[in-house]
Amino acid sequence: MTVDELRAALRGVPDPDWLATALDRVAAEPTAIARFFPAAGRRCGRHDLPDLPGWTADEAARALLLASLRTDHAEQAGALYRTGDAAEKRAVLKALPMLPIGAAGTPLLHDAIRTNDTRLVAAALGPYARHLDPPAWRQAVLKCVFTGVPLAAVADLDSRADGELAEMLAALAAERRAAGRSMPADATELLDRLTAASQPQPREV
Amino acid sequence: MRIFDPHIHMTSRTTDDYERMAAAGVRAVVEPAFWLGQPRTNVGSFTDYFDSLVGWEPFRAGQFGIRHHATIALNPKEANDPRCRPVLDELPRYLEKDGVVAVGEIGYDSMTPEEDDAFAAQLALAVAHDLPAMVHTPHRDKARGVERSLAVVAESGIAPQRVVLDHLNETTVKLVRDTGCWLGFSIYPDTKMSPPRMVELLKAYGTERVLVNSAADWGRSDPLLTRATGEAMLGAGFTDDDVDRVLWRNPVEFYGQSGRLDLTDDDLAEPTFAGNSILRGGS
Repeated sequence: MTVDELRAALRGVPDPDWLATALDRVAAEPTAIARFFPAAGRRCGRHDLPDLPGWTADEAARALLLASLRTDHAEQAGALYRTGDAAEKRAVLKALPMLPIGAAGTPLLHDAIRTNDTRLVAAALGPYARHLDPPAWRQAVLKCVFTGVPLAAVADLDSRADGELAEMLAALAAERRAAGRSMPADATELLDRLTAASQPQPREV
Repeated sequence: MRIFDPHIHMTSRTTDDYERMAAAGVRAVVEPAFWLGQPRTNVGSFTDYFDSLVGWEPFRAGQFGIRHHATIALNPKEANDPRCRPVLDELPRYLEKDGVVAVGEIGYDSMTPEEDDAFAAQLALAVAHDLPAMVHTPHRDKARGVERSLAVVAESGIAPQRVVLDHLNETTVKLVRDTGCWLGFSIYPDTKMSPPRMVELLKAYGTERVLVNSAADWGRSDPLLTRATGEAMLGAGFTDDDVDRVLWRNPVEFYGQSGRLDLTDDDLAEPTFAGNSILRGGS
């Protein structure tokens, strides 16, 4: 996701002048973002953006506001997350990979993954989750399975999923079987792929 | 019967309640910030609570198909504790949140000078943030509390149609009716109002500017008494349209003045409702 794609997708918002003004103001005066950030849902709408699958208008507008800052991206992202409602927190999480902040936003992912709000957990497992260490990332993936978050929300799923995650998924599957309950299909499929990959390959003759 | 409960403390209720409310027709609620039974002793305790009113609680409600909004304020009871007063400085940032549709509950508990100050300061915040105000009226010395509340409201300059005085009853309804403020009634199992008494007041005073709520919280209360009141209205000869006005269109009209009510789901949209556009707020 790039800033240009966000801008293009937001062309049809109900109040484009508000957004343009807000972006200019934030570029000139970073602290102004605290005023514009909460209002983005009312001004830009909360509908899905047809040109940007997985993004709503308010999320895209808020991500753009963060990206418009000239400095202090990590500090502002942290403050807006801390003082944000659930929708604002989700927008900060989704904006993290676009900001020049290195790994400084990782504590926000940990906070989001601790919650039971599945929208926040899902938003924490986008591309920026590459900064999560393997134990934290595996726990988060398992939490998705546990709480019914589709694994499509998890970036780099197949490249990061390892034998340890396979063991954890297999144990959860065994618990579910014992209880007479099912696993989500996408988790069973992931487990099957991991199990198949770990089998010794038949020797070529 | 579609129901909008304009005053209910869902933080104190279980998921069983959400399930029963959804089954009874409750599709939207407003949760006013109030006290929790156990007094709080610091500002952080309030901000965690406010954060849950704009974070976790709407998520919980959404799982049952119920739209959740909040009103935010320092309540009158805790306005008396100097350790809690700095909460007033935290309010402006919450009053900009999408899910916050009024300043409340403000008003009086024991009518102290500290309550006077907090009440006036928070009415000024309502004006500054272009929000309605939700005024709790005291349980003790109620009539004088209502009169004094109305005087503070008048002095603040807020438009009366943007203010609701809540927890009214037979002895206080007339004081408020002629001021242009909205009339809030809480239906309780054994205190405040009951469904049959509420029906009598509706017969006497009509359905205009009336809000009926369960005010269910951590005390003995019942989140289904809104529905029971609707049924009592029908039993007494009121029409379906009267019930819809009291239990849905009136709260939508009052809190819609915030421009922030979000009831845009297809199953909530009612194309026949003339004021439909206010549901979408500023967007």
